[in-house]
Order: sequence, then structure tokens, then C-alpha cells
Amino acid sequence: MLAYIVRRVLATIPVMAFVALFVFSLLYVAPGDPAAVIAGDQATPADVERIRASLGLDRPFLIRFGEWVWRILQGDLGVSIFTNLPVATMIQQRIEPTLSLMIITLILAVSVAIPMGVIAAWKQGTVIDRTVMGFAVLGFSVPVFVVGYVLAYIFALELDWVPVQGYTPIKQGFWPWFQNLILPAIALGTVYIALIARITRATMLEVLQQDYIRTARAKGAGQRNILFLHALKNAAVPIVTVIGIGIALLIGGAVVTESVFAIPGLGRLTVDAILRRDYPVIQGVVLLFSFVYVLVNLMIDLLYTILDPRIRY
Amino acid sequence: MDRRNFLKASAGVAALTGTAGVSAPALSQGAAARTLRFVPQANLANFDPIWGTQYVVRNAACLVWDTLYGFDDKLEPKRQMVESEEVTDGGKTWTFKLREGLRFHDGEAVRAQDVAASLNRWAVRDGMGQMIRAIQEEPVSAVDDRTFRWRLKSPYPKMLVALGKNNTPMAFIMPERLARTDPFQQVSEFVGSGPMRFVRNEWVPGAKAVFTKFDQYVPRNEPASWLAGGKRMNLDRIEWIIMPDPATASAALMNGEIDWWESPLTDLVPSLRRNRNVQVDIQDPLGNIGAFRFNHLHAPFNDVRARRAVAMALSQDDYMRAVVGDDRSLWQTLPSFFTPGTPLYTEAGGDILKGPRNIEAARRLLAESGYNGQPITVLVAQDQAPLKAMGEVTNALLTSIGMRVDFVATDWGTVGQRRASKSLPGQGGWHIFHTWHAGADCTNPAAYLALRAHGDGAWFGWPKDDAVEAARDKWFDAPNLDAEKAAVAEMNSAAMSHVTYLPTGFYKVFQAWRRNVSGVIGAPIPFFWNVSKS
Repeated sequence: MLAYIVRRVLATIPVMAFVALFVFSLLYVAPGDPAAVIAGDQATPADVERIRASLGLDRPFLIRFGEWVWRILQGDLGVSIFTNLPVATMIQQRIEPTLSLMIITLILAVSVAIPMGVIAAWKQGTVIDRTVMGFAVLGFSVPVFVVGYVLAYIFALELDWVPVQGYTPIKQGFWPWFQNLILPAIALGTVYIALIARITRATMLEVLQQDYIRTARAKGAGQRNILFLHALKNAAVPIVTVIGIGIALLIGGAVVTESVFAIPGLGRLTVDAILRRDYPVIQGVVLLFSFVYVLVNLMIDLLYTILDPRIRY
Repeated sequence: MDRRNFLKASAGVAALTGTAGVSAPALSQGAAARTLRFVPQANLANFDPIWGTQYVVRNAACLVWDTLYGFDDKLEPKRQMVESEEVTDGGKTWTFKLREGLRFHDGEAVRAQDVAASLNRWAVRDGMGQMIRAIQEEPVSAVDDRTFRWRLKSPYPKMLVALGKNNTPMAFIMPERLARTDPFQQVSEFVGSGPMRFVRNEWVPGAKAVFTKFDQYVPRNEPASWLAGGKRMNLDRIEWIIMPDPATASAALMNGEIDWWESPLTDLVPSLRRNRNVQVDIQDPLGNIGAFRFNHLHAPFNDVRARRAVAMALSQDDYMRAVVGDDRSLWQTLPSFFTPGTPLYTEAGGDILKGPRNIEAARRLLAESGYNGQPITVLVAQDQAPLKAMGEVTNALLTSIGMRVDFVATDWGTVGQRRASKSLPGQGGWHIFHTWHAGADCTNPAAYLALRAHGDGAWFGWPKDDAVEAARDKWFDAPNLDAEKAAVAEMNSAAMSHVTYLPTGFYKVFQAWRRNVSGVIGAPIPFFWNVSKS
């Protein structure tokens, strides 16, 4: 197992190298010019040119790429073209809101979606099943921002239970922190709940047809035991896989959710950086997201061995 | 979960939230009343107003850095940091004296050396500054700690306009150690002598910027009027909160989570007006001028007849309805390049934009120009609502006079890069793009870069017309208002004839604030002095 983990961790190196090259190349060929954005509308073309030169954007691709890689190898993600702040500092400023949002969304989604899927499978063909599946279709169909606006309108503007927007760091108290995150988490989690509930239902339906379930029933096991102990455990591998894949979904959804609820997270940082062509920030954030994604995949692979002891690496 | 476990869990949650309530910081009512939460028009992504000339940077900079002179609401420069000025040597030598008691936020006194270094840096980047540099006998320098002098080879009557104008880049005064930074590099600290300090460690670019009151600031005794007069701060703390989503900002304002929103979307204004706690009014009486910009380097628009053909067919009504809507109180047609309602406003030569549009005549003139059916590359930024709307109208306009349109739907970042290209339109260049100019920048020719017509050095599109430039020079030399008016009328007429660019109309936008905030005024910059919150 240890050898496997080491092998997988080492395998991330070429993956990250490829991501680095890909992102850098993509940004190099992409249209747009940070110097023009910095200079503003009153600047002359000559001013823009001088700013571009001062930022080193007029240098050849290989030199810029080489310098960037060299800095990355030293653990330096570079400095934002616009803010003059280290990219690492900007990521550090933004990581807590995004992590908080993702954690609450994950907890909410898993704790709601799995029971929904299990119950839908158990009550297959009934009104409950159809309701759950109806919700799943709705959850897939309605965009995150629409859910966000509706929730904000009802719970923030009309009922005044929670704030419309913003983020309060957890060090200022659990409740203010939670109040700011609950609506975004529901908005972001809707599609995720739909996805997990559907997969859980489908997998459970398959497992519930297995011989060992019939045996458990014959032995007189209770319905709850059959569903959650025997069936769910055996259905867990595909569900965990979907949860893992869904983390990519969360990262994408966070971009929209953070904008709708004005949460100063990594999603907004990424969008702002792309719109301004702040290359070092885009590169740093994409590298971070890629690393997280590779790490999540590794964790899921390891989780398989716990959920299903037959799996060995 | 059984009943006992449920109760345990509930108690745990209650304890957690209860504790949280204790640990959460709470602002006292007084502190909350002295903290203003403001949503600016855009993200404050950098904070050097000489290096980056976006309006949002200038607006924030007005809090932190002071200027020698400031425009009042009559667009006249008034003394601000300066106590007195003297013009000698036939208008060629300007000697200024700073008023007493000026201090930077680090506690150091503001010295003439700081001013000299600041002006020398500013003059490299600013159009008027460059004019002064071109005629200076020697760079501006300190005579003593409170006196500085600028010696010129020829008189420059618009010196005070240059030092007090509110167009970017403004002549902000920084400590000498910062002002010595290359004008094309960012300063490393944000230390000014304005009424508010910038709290750098609370700055989260793209999310929040915080300013706190500078107790050692000594305001002038005159009443405040825009950038002139006494900048008295009634607020201890101003938080700029960046909200990219207008619907969220609207809800936050109605819910009392923010106090002042600089630029609400027009579509959201009716719902804001229905809220009895929210006040809505015009943000800036000087408004904005929509702009349709030609590339003068390439066919067909290197021929003035093609540009005139477009002008003859262009309906400003169509543009303004697309950009602003049907509320006529917010917009008007504009047969001029200058801001309506300001002293130099003129419609001289603007007939081509007046009256019914003549599509047939435009088609004939276009044919005369030799237009051969080549595609017209129109760059349209989809992420800027006014520009997207203008792009759609232009598409219909060009099609109506028989042009083939290559509609390049892209983002503003790409337009910003591509408009700088002089290549052929089919090879990475362009024919047309849209933008808008703040009305405050179009009140006179001083900082009106978009109207210049000096070819290669001109703004994007590189128009060249000696008559426009000659009229502009006359304005700079004008000894009085009448002479200025004559020069501007001549410039407007020449630019209309040359079709330097095409104004698509004049429009205003709203601002909105909570009714417990007082002192908000309509101006080109959100001014926080004299604003208070109850």
C-alpha cells in the first residue's frame, strides 16, 4: 500500500508538469493584454507598450516559461501583475472561504443525497421515488445562480434570516460564519445532491437485487440494517467515485456561487484574474486546483480499499 | 438517532452557536455609524494612480492622495495643497507655495521635494504633463521645503487646469521616495497626505479595500466642492466591498448590508426605488459619451467619405435606447464631441448627426468611397453591457447601408489588446470598436485624448487631421473664455467634418444609497468628504 501511495504521489509530478506547460502555453496564445487593462482607457498605445515591456511581457515564450518554472520549483508562484502581491498571499487570502463553502456543501450534499437515494431505491416506483427523482431532474436543470437568487430573495430579503452576501471568517464565530455560507452551500449543493442521489438510487437498486440481500432478509435482518449495512456498504464504491468526480463540479460551481453571494474565494479570484489577464494568478490557481484534484483522486482510490477489502493495490 | 442522542446533539449545537455569539465581534452603534460600506463600480485591483489609470483607481486615490489644486463643481481649478502661486517672466515661470501643516500618513511633513518628484513622475504619463515637459526649461524643482518652481520656455496658461483636473492620471502628491519610482512601474507603498489612510493589511484585491480616517489631515476652510475646498471626514472607516453581481449588490443595499452603491444597473433601479430605505439619484451630472471608433489606417475608413456615410445613417436614438432604455431623462442625442451643459459645449459642425437618418444617401456615399464589399471587423466586448448593446446596433447599422460585418464577439480584455494592433483587419487588426468616455473627460480638449488627430501618436484608430490639432492648440493658448469657446467650436466642427470618431449619444447612470447616509452628491467621482451616516 505504501509503495502504491509513493508511486501515485510521484505520478503527480509529470501530471503537474503537463498542467503547467499546458496552462502557460494556453495563456501565451490566448488573446488579451494585461498592459492594456492596467494602462486604462486614457493611455496611448505607446504607454501600453512601455508597461508591457516593464512587465516583461514582450520577452520570448521560452524565457518566460523557464523563469516561471524555475520559481515554481523554488516554491514561488510569482507576483500578481496587477496587485503586486505574491500569488501565494492572494491564494492564502481566498482559500478559507472556498474551502469552507466546499466543506459545508459536501457535508450537506452527502448527508441529504445518500438517504434520498437509498429511500428512493427502497421505495422504487412509489410517489417518494418519483419525488426524489423529480427533485434530481430539477436539481440538474436549474442553474446554480437561479437557485442562489431565489434562496437569497426568500431567506435573506423576505424572511431576513441570513445575510444576502459576504463571508465572515470562522475565527469570528461559528454562527456568523455558518449564516453566510448556508445559502451558497444549498445553491451550490443542489446539483451535487441531484447527482449523488441518482447514482445512489441506481447503485442501490442493483445491489438490492443481489442474492446476499435476499439471504439477509431471510435471516430476519431489519430493513434499516439491510439498506444501510448490507446494501449501502456494497454500493459505496461507485457513490464515492461520483463524490470525488463531483469535487471538480464543486470547483466550477464555486466560481458562480462566489459571484452571486459575493464570497471572496478562489473562484472569484480566478474569474477576475482571467478577465484581467493576470497570468501569474491564473497559473497559480490552476496549478493549485489541479493538485487538489489529483490529491482527491488519490484519496478516493485509497478509500476503495477501506470500503471494499477485495480491492488491493 | 434516539431521543437522548438528539438532545445531546442539539445541546452541542446550541453551545457552539452560543459561544460563537460571544466570540463574534460586534460593532457598537456609534462605530457602525462611522463606518461606511461602499460598492464601487469596479474592482480595485491595483493602487498606483499614475501607473494604472482606471477610473476606480483614481476614485480610491482621491481619498488617500491629495492634489495641489482641485476642480470644483464649476470645473474651475481651486487651490488645495497650495497656499499661493506666482506667475512671472511673462507667464514662463510658475512658483508655488505649499500651505502649512500638510503631513503624509507616515507622519512626515509634505515638502516641496515630494511635490517636485511627484509632478515629474506624473508628467511622464499625463497628456498635459507631457505638454509641459515639452516646453520646460528645467524639470520642476524645490526652492525650499515649502516652495517649488517650474520654469518653462514658453507660457502655459492651462497650468492650473493640468494640476487640478480630475481626468486620469491626476497630479497626486506622494512622498519623494515613492515618487521616484519609474512611472511605468508600480509604487511599493500607498502613503499619501489625503484625508484617509489606505489599510494595506486589510486589502483583499477583488473583494475589499479599507480606508481609515487620517487624524492629522488639515482640511481647507472653504466649503467642499468636488475636489476643492475642505475635505472634512465624518466617517472613521470606509470599506469598499467589491460585488461583481448587480443583483446581489441590489439585494445587499435593500437589506442594509451596504450603504452606498456607486453604479446600479438601470434595470434594477425600479425595485430600488420601491424600497423606502433606499435613495436613488443621478450619479454624475457630466454623464458619459458613447463612442464609435474607426480605424483610420485601413480601407474603407481611411476614406472620409466612408466615415461620413456611417455618420449619415447613424441614429443616436437607437444606440441610447439599446444602452440605457426608454427613460429619456437619462439620455439625449449629442451632435457634439463635448459634454452638454458645460461652459464650452458646442454643436458647431454637428449637423451630420441631426435630423432624420438618410440611409439611401449613406449608401451612395459609401459606394463613392470605393467600398468593395470587404468584411468590416467590429470588435464587440460582450462582458461590458453598454458596449455589447452598441455593438448590436452597429451591426444593424452597417448592414443597413450595405456593409458586410465580421462581428467579433469577445471580452474587453481582448478588445483592449486588439485595438492596439495596426495590422490589417483580417490579420488581427480591426475596423471598429466601441467604448465610452466619461463626460468629465470631454468638457474641454485638455485631457480629451480620444479627440486628438495627430496620426501615429493619437488614440486607437490613429486619426490624422491638421485642422483638429490646430484648433486644439488654439484652445491651449486661449487667453479667456470667449477665445476658448471659439477654439472648441472650431475643433468640434473640424472633428465632425473629419469624423474623428462618432459619438453615439450622451447618457447618465444612477447611484443609490441608504437613506441614513447623507451628503452624497452627484459628481464624476464618489466624494466621501461631508458624507455621514446616522
